Amino acid sequence: MSDKNWFLYEVFIRSKNGLSHKHAGSVHASDTETALLSARDLYTRRGEAASLWIIKSSDIIASDPKDDSELFDPSDDKIYRHPTFYSVPNGVKNM
Amino acid sequence: MYSTDLRTDTEKKAQAVTASEDAALWEAFQKRIDAGDIIEAKDAMPEKYRATLVRQISQHAHSEIVGMLPEGNWVTRAPSLKRKLILLAKIQDEAGHGLYLYSAAETLGRSRDDMVADLLSGKAKFSTIFTYPTPTWADIGTVGWLVDGAAIVNQIPLCRCSYGPYARAMVRVCKEESFHQRQGYEIVTTMARGAPEQKAMAQESLNRMWWPSLMMFGPSDAASLHSSQNMKWNIKRHSNDVLRQRFIDATVPQAEILGLTIPDPDLVWNKEREAYDFGEINWDEFWAVLKDGGQCGKSRLRARRAAHDNGTWVREAAGAYAKKHKTRVGKAA
Repeated sequence: MSDKNWFLYEVFIRSKNGLSHKHAGSVHASDTETALLSARDLYTRRGEAASLWIIKSSDIIASDPKDDSELFDPSDDKIYRHPTFYSVPNGVKNM
Repeated sequence: MYSTDLRTDTEKKAQAVTASEDAALWEAFQKRIDAGDIIEAKDAMPEKYRATLVRQISQHAHSEIVGMLPEGNWVTRAPSLKRKLILLAKIQDEAGHGLYLYSAAETLGRSRDDMVADLLSGKAKFSTIFTYPTPTWADIGTVGWLVDGAAIVNQIPLCRCSYGPYARAMVRVCKEESFHQRQGYEIVTTMARGAPEQKAMAQESLNRMWWPSLMMFGPSDAASLHSSQNMKWNIKRHSNDVLRQRFIDATVPQAEILGLTIPDPDLVWNKEREAYDFGEINWDEFWAVLKDGGQCGKSRLRARRAAHDNGTWVREAAGAYAKKHKTRVGKAA
């Protein structure tokens, strides 16, 4: 009964032009063509999409949560990268 | 459409004993939960948290899939083309809900194949509500109104549960569920305001489905020994009794507007509590149905197995098509 020859695909939806594609969920399918049709049936029944992307889940390269602090914490102590770090003399407008 | 812990007390106790783990992990994890953190698929988590979620989400998925059966049974006999189209759309939604949920459960490391196998073998449970027959068209209305209504009350807090993929699936489900409830209530409204025979049919359906709908929220808090851990983990945010009361308070006025009577002689508005007092639920029936779904539960499983077996050729054809397509692409390149 196994569908071990089927693949898992991640589905990304652009809800309307002008916006980015956003992750919606995943579908199982035996090939890309069927995956796209299944994604359309499963995630766009109520006008949710102007465009669909699908990608094999196994092709996604994700960061490991174990590396989170190493990867993302250093940006927390560089407050000078934010405009609010800098004071502007009184009287200066619109900067 | 449903999600409460469906294990029997014996199963719960057995699983509680086997779950002993690294205390440091539990503590660190609890800190994250208490801080309102959302847990994502690859995060470290206690095995018991993982197991609890796999069980709850897969049972929830099974309930969506089995929930299509009583409705599918009425497609050819829907009273009008409009009702038939609506019913087909609702059934398609239920299939979708099942698939969102299987995907969410898969992020925890269990394959969809294995979960489906558990359903077909009878090992996994599904909501007790689907072990009740739906012999009249009014039942399709009542199921939408009460069963999907109860599901919404259950599922809205789950949109904020601590496990991200489950919470996101619930957001989609809840959006679609509200169409289900309204179309059900519209069917009941049409019948309640129709001929006396139609109204009688709506009342008779309410009489049968009311108590089983209340049972959908699971055992009373006094008998629900292990839900506190799920509350601590923010998998569950309100107790069974709180949700049940919320459902009753919302539903009673909806019945009154239609001139239908809730089949509970003890139902009365309590001014002090600002809530309805209601009669004792037949818990013997609940536990009996949970243990053995009876004739109707067995027929649901038979129908699921037949659907799976009869669909074998479709899966095989899809596999063959993919293989052939791949070979062709390979040759072209």
